[in-house]
Amino acid sequence: MALINLSKREIHCKIVYYGPGRCGKTTNLLYIYNAMNNQARGKMLTIETKGERTLFFDLLPLNLGKINGFDIRIQLYTVPGQVIYKATRKLVLKGVDGLVFVADRLKVRHGKNMESLQDLHRNLLEYNLTTEEIPIILQFNKCDLVPTPIPTLTKEELEIDLNSELNTKVFEAAATKGIGVFETLKEISKRTIQYVATKHLSTKLSG
Amino acid sequence: MADLVLTTSVLEETKIQIENVLIQAGVNTVLLIDEAGNVVAACGHKTCDLDMTSLAALAAANFGATSQIAKLIGEDDFSLLFHKGKKDSVHFARISTDLILVTIFGESVSLGLVRLRVAQLAKTIEKTFGQNN
Ligand SMILES: Nc1nc2c(ncn2[C@@H]2O[C@H](COP(=O)(O)OP(=O)(O)OP(=O)(O)O)[C@@H](O)[C@H]2O)c(=O)[nH]1
Ligand SMILES: [Mg+2]
Repeated sequence: MALINLSKREIHCKIVYYGPGRCGKTTNLLYIYNAMNNQARGKMLTIETKGERTLFFDLLPLNLGKINGFDIRIQLYTVPGQVIYKATRKLVLKGVDGLVFVADRLKVRHGKNMESLQDLHRNLLEYNLTTEEIPIILQFNKCDLVPTPIPTLTKEELEIDLNSELNTKVFEAAATKGIGVFETLKEISKRTIQYVATKHLSTKLSG
Repeated sequence: MADLVLTTSVLEETKIQIENVLIQAGVNTVLLIDEAGNVVAACGHKTCDLDMTSLAALAAANFGATSQIAKLIGEDDFSLLFHKGKKDSVHFARISTDLILVTIFGESVSLGLVRLRVAQLAKTIEKTFGQNN
């Protein structure tokens, strides 16, 4: 749920990075955090287990500046990808305004990617939401592994697995190196703000 | 869950209500948040020292998790959500369907008083938001 504060002229939106365990959701946020200056970013909050796996969520608040006189505040969240954290994933999705589905290019994660997307659809439905309504884009992460001997999925395979129904924009990324990270963030921010603004404000925002 | 569009009048009125009912009673900080973890209003003299964004996100997550625990054991919701610290304590309360009121108070204020005032405030805030949405 977006929050529009007409008094302070602020728009707050929530963007959630979803995807299977170890696909690189937290790595995306860490890269953004390290690359942005202090004025644009807030404190990064992570709730993780000892082994670096996200236990509840990560949160990175961003200040994207002004559009049409409104201050745009975006909260980036990640869900815990491990299957056992189904209940917490659903909680993090509460009030979502935009989604990035991060898929893993590792061949061994083929099934996990699809399972996670199904899980996302189910959780959204429980809030009466669908990916047709909420803006969503795909990120195929770990593309740096493609030229290595480690078996990876081709872009086409991932498109068939994940994008036949969604039919949305895809970004190839290597989150550890920052490749594709800001491209993904820019696109989902734009779509999310547009989505929220057209719902509530008569003027169309462009950015 | 519907988006929240806050007008200046609703915000101002809510803040005045929080000031009169809770801050006047000696409470340190009051945070009104939505279920997504956004700060709707922050009142009190300690708001600058606290990381409100993190506090709101964690409070919403904590509140959501506790509601789910209630459901798992067959309760609708817990009637009291309260963390007691050495100096300061935190009290959480649901207001209408998608707002949460977080009250932080020291030893000088009793839990009983906080609960009473929060219950009173819940009704007025609900009314203020109801009229404008
Ligand atoms: N080679 C490579 N490794 C990556 C990339 N992105 C992330 N990783 C690694 O993958 C592992 C898991 O990354 P995380 O960001 O913690 O994964 P996550 O999606 O947050 O995982 P959960 O919190 O369990 O859901 C880490 O060891 C990362 O360094 C990438 O682009 N390329
Ligand atoms: Mg993680």
